Amino acid sequence: MSDFITSVKEMNGIILIETNGYLNNVGGEEISAICYEKMGLGQTKFLINMAGTKIVNSIGVSILIEIIEKLQEVNGKIGYYNLAPIVSKTFNIMGLTKYSTVFETEELAVNEL
Amino acid sequence: MKKPTVELKLPIIPNMELIATQTAEVIARHMHLSEEQSGEISMALIEACINAFEHSKAENNVFIHFLIEENSLVIKVIDQGIGFDKTKVEIPKIENKIGHDERKRGWGLQLIQELMDSVEFESNNEGTTVTMKKNIK
Repeated sequence: MSDFITSVKEMNGIILIETNGYLNNVGGEEISAICYEKMGLGQTKFLINMAGTKIVNSIGVSILIEIIEKLQEVNGKIGYYNLAPIVSKTFNIMGLTKYSTVFETEELAVNEL
Repeated sequence: MKKPTVELKLPIIPNMELIATQTAEVIARHMHLSEEQSGEISMALIEACINAFEHSKAENNVFIHFLIEENSLVIKVIDQGIGFDKTKVEIPKIENKIGHDERKRGWGLQLIQELMDSVEFESNNEGTTVTMKKNIK
């Protein structure tokens, strides 16, 4: 675990990743490393709890686009919850919400992904 | 009376853009901007700083000027890099990036333009100045 990734757990066949702090290139690479490792073990559903991430940059978010692309190859899905308004707006502008889902709460995310 | 101005000189070191966002948050509170506007300013500032750090190939510092005006906040991000031709920057679309070899990055200018009320670019081979404005609602 790192300062940025504070928790990784599995619930109902979904990998839940909790982040804390600035989602930049380093944070993005940490998320992708976990996703690719778990995909190698057959996992295809991922949720990121971004309650602790109030700020992002486009490089970090671009790495999420790479993850979405890799997940499409295995019919996988990724979603996010507890987003700060500016993070949600950034995801909208960059189009992530066309290929992945933003949920309001963990319960909704786990039930609907 | 001269308008209040805050000036920063940032070395090109990873994550220095966060110093700019912290300054912007203090100024936004002083100007009674909304949380939403403050977040938009911070995000646009991060992207302008990253462009200056990474793409300008500037070797020295990046300068940021916050001009507190009666009805708006004007932010200038100034580098002394190689400049760029905005007409050659393509508008990114996620449809063109997912499932294609196209690089996933390249969103900075789009985000800045979407998040701020106005943006101007002045660029030549001696550097670039990005002037962004957020109007007080």
